[in-house]
Amino acid sequence: MHIMEGFLPWQWCLFWYLVSLPVVVYGVIQIKKITDKNPESKPLIAVSGAFMFVLSSLKLPSVTGSCSHPTGNGLGAVLFGPAVTSVLAVVTLVFQALLLAHGGITTLGANTFSMGIVGPVVAWIIYKACKNAGLSLSIGIFFAAFLGDLSTYVTTATQLSLAFPIPTFTEALIKFMIIFAFTQLPLAIAEGLLTVVIFDYIKKLRPDVLEKLEIFTAPKAIGGK
Amino acid sequence: MEKKHILMLLAVVIIFAIPFLLYSGQGEEQGKFAGADASAGPVIEETGYKPWFEPIWEPPSGEIETLIFALQAAIGALIIGYFLGYYTAKRKLMRKTE
Repeated sequence: MHIMEGFLPWQWCLFWYLVSLPVVVYGVIQIKKITDKNPESKPLIAVSGAFMFVLSSLKLPSVTGSCSHPTGNGLGAVLFGPAVTSVLAVVTLVFQALLLAHGGITTLGANTFSMGIVGPVVAWIIYKACKNAGLSLSIGIFFAAFLGDLSTYVTTATQLSLAFPIPTFTEALIKFMIIFAFTQLPLAIAEGLLTVVIFDYIKKLRPDVLEKLEIFTAPKAIGGK
Repeated sequence: MEKKHILMLLAVVIIFAIPFLLYSGQGEEQGKFAGADASAGPVIEETGYKPWFEPIWEPPSGEIETLIFALQAAIGALIIGYFLGYYTAKRKLMRKTE
């Protein structure tokens, strides 16, 4: 999903910067608010960021024959919401842009929008919807992470088609969807599974923090066994 | 770790093993296992677009790139392992003192 350095006309770079910036600023304020209210949630923010760091560093093979990487944005989105996750995504994307020439500084706004905003927003909405529908936590987390990953790549394909609608927007979209979205399908499934595993682990170890973050209400007697 | 989680991790391994079986014996010369991010570049350049900005710094070789990717994964894994390990030990200790 990394749009390479210089591969968006400057007007689009500016546009995506302007769209992403307010969300990231709001995310920084949110982090301050959450950690002031629940200092115990600080390590979990670090873990969510670290999860994104690990997953986005892994280039994995797909059935289409090309390689891509998961995003890791589902965990942060479910635990802390999309705005906080956008800040975590910026950290990851800056690291990759500066040290790996992966993505870029000019395309940082666009890449933040896909991996840090659209993906997490989708994940967050799906998670809430599954919860309201009375589905189990694991199923909610799986679909949140799965669709968070996939929508990130659909967004990248859409961004490129908007910037390069040649010959038409639809034809460009089909072209970029084949490159990004199809390859991503099996990776997104794997990301969904991995996110459920780490989430269950956090839930087992720190149900109290998750309860404070209003992610789930634990059965009455906590701590006992 | 629950049985459910072991099965899920097993499924993850299978998902990533399938491409190796499907394209066994093929490599980069056959256009396989290349990065999707990079393959968008030529498609864009086909439209006549010229990138207007170059990366400030690029890993000088494939080895260095691998080094930095490994570093990225290691930093992340370290943070996850540290805190989950800390939580696990803390929980055990609290149970003991109860």
